[in-house]
Amino acid sequence: MAKRKLRIMVAKPGLDGHDRGARILARFFRDCGYEVIYTGCHQTPEQIVEAALQEDVDLIGLSCLSGAHKELFPKVVKLLREKGADDIVVIGGGIIPKQDFQYLYDAGIKEVFTPGTPLEEIKEWIDKNVKVEDKVL
Amino acid sequence: MDNSRIEKIIERIKAKDVRVVSRLIRNIEDRIPEAKEIVKRIYPYTGGAKVIGITGAPGAGKSTITDFLITSFRKKGKTVGVLAVDPTSPFTGGALLGDRVRMQSHAGDDGVFIRSLATRGALGGLSAAVEDAIYVLDFMGKDIIIVETVGTGQSEVDIMNNAHTILVVLTPGMGDDVQTIKAGIMEIADIFVINKGDHPNTTKLYMDLMRALDMVQSFPGNWRPPIVKLESIANPIKFAQQVDELREKIEEHFRFLEDKDIFEERERRKARVQLINAVKSQMLYPILERLEEDGELEKMIKGIVKKEASPYNYAEDIRERFLREEV
Repeated sequence: MAKRKLRIMVAKPGLDGHDRGARILARFFRDCGYEVIYTGCHQTPEQIVEAALQEDVDLIGLSCLSGAHKELFPKVVKLLREKGADDIVVIGGGIIPKQDFQYLYDAGIKEVFTPGTPLEEIKEWIDKNVKVEDKVL
Repeated sequence: MDNSRIEKIIERIKAKDVRVVSRLIRNIEDRIPEAKEIVKRIYPYTGGAKVIGITGAPGAGKSTITDFLITSFRKKGKTVGVLAVDPTSPFTGGALLGDRVRMQSHAGDDGVFIRSLATRGALGGLSAAVEDAIYVLDFMGKDIIIVETVGTGQSEVDIMNNAHTILVVLTPGMGDDVQTIKAGIMEIADIFVINKGDHPNTTKLYMDLMRALDMVQSFPGNWRPPIVKLESIANPIKFAQQVDELREKIEEHFRFLEDKDIFEERERRKARVQLINAVKSQMLYPILERLEEDGELEKMIKGIVKKEASPYNYAEDIRERFLREEV
């Protein structure tokens, strides 16, 4: 049986419409060999979680440049927990001040990658930390 | 195989557990034996859903039309499942599955289930995976299942054989003269949809299509594919009304299929494709996968490049090795 492909969701919660970074990451992930579900801008945390469950993703990458990350990112994690899907890894990116990182980690965001992070670093992190979990069934 | 686990999974599907359904589809895609067993068990209980196939060139507007069709069917109280197929990169093995972007307005509605699938290349067994995924969505209780795909590769045309009603979406001014559209797609269309129909070249496309249809000697069951025109999405209310009309045409085709003869002919066509897929999946793919894992495939590839032997020589060796009977 062939090695299982990772399914990754790239999502932009909230009203921030700047999606260039998200698109670059989505294309990069495709070039890494992952199956990427790109849900576009202006998603509510509820929509993101619903899509994540329907698509059976292993990782959700949240992007926010408007400063609403402390509100929206933890909301996504909370909803995943409520749905019993807390095995889905959540990471964040965008314009996020260093002093907010700990807050996000405490809320369940596994890692934060801000602008300037080499793409290869993100890939290495994913290969090391994200697996196809058997827990679902 | 763990029987009680399988029974539990089947119960979860009946209970419409979204993640379990999606994971099962994934296991089907990855050819996990347990998934096949589950599909075998639920198969006798399927057949309740009506399947719509929608295909056409990239950018033709399939996802947008699908989005509005979902709304249209939901208005009638029907539940909808969607399988949105996008190509896997032949170089990296990855895929950017973006059809969902156009359908996110339905994300709060638990009567709608949308799942994106990647084509996964020649050994991927796409056609078989989509077939099985349709059974799962059917068993889950969906009234309508929409399968959306770009109709380029043979396997994507094959997928359309799972559908009761096939929509081919065309757009004017894409340089795609009707005459150059591939035979497979033109022949399988039950309804033609001209999208972005406010474009100046629409009339030409419509006339070309009518002329092409006029030249057909006879249509199975005398169903001549109607041409439905949709105008710009810039006027969403009008677009929605026109999609309601499209939905009515689809339902008309469903009724037409109730006629025994036509239905049987289509079931035969579908069964043929399913059988060929099943044979490929049970015989061809496991052999190729084994050779890949053993490193044998790579050796053969090197041999071909060095002109040591032709692909046919290697294929004959493989046949000798794996088949007991003379074919």
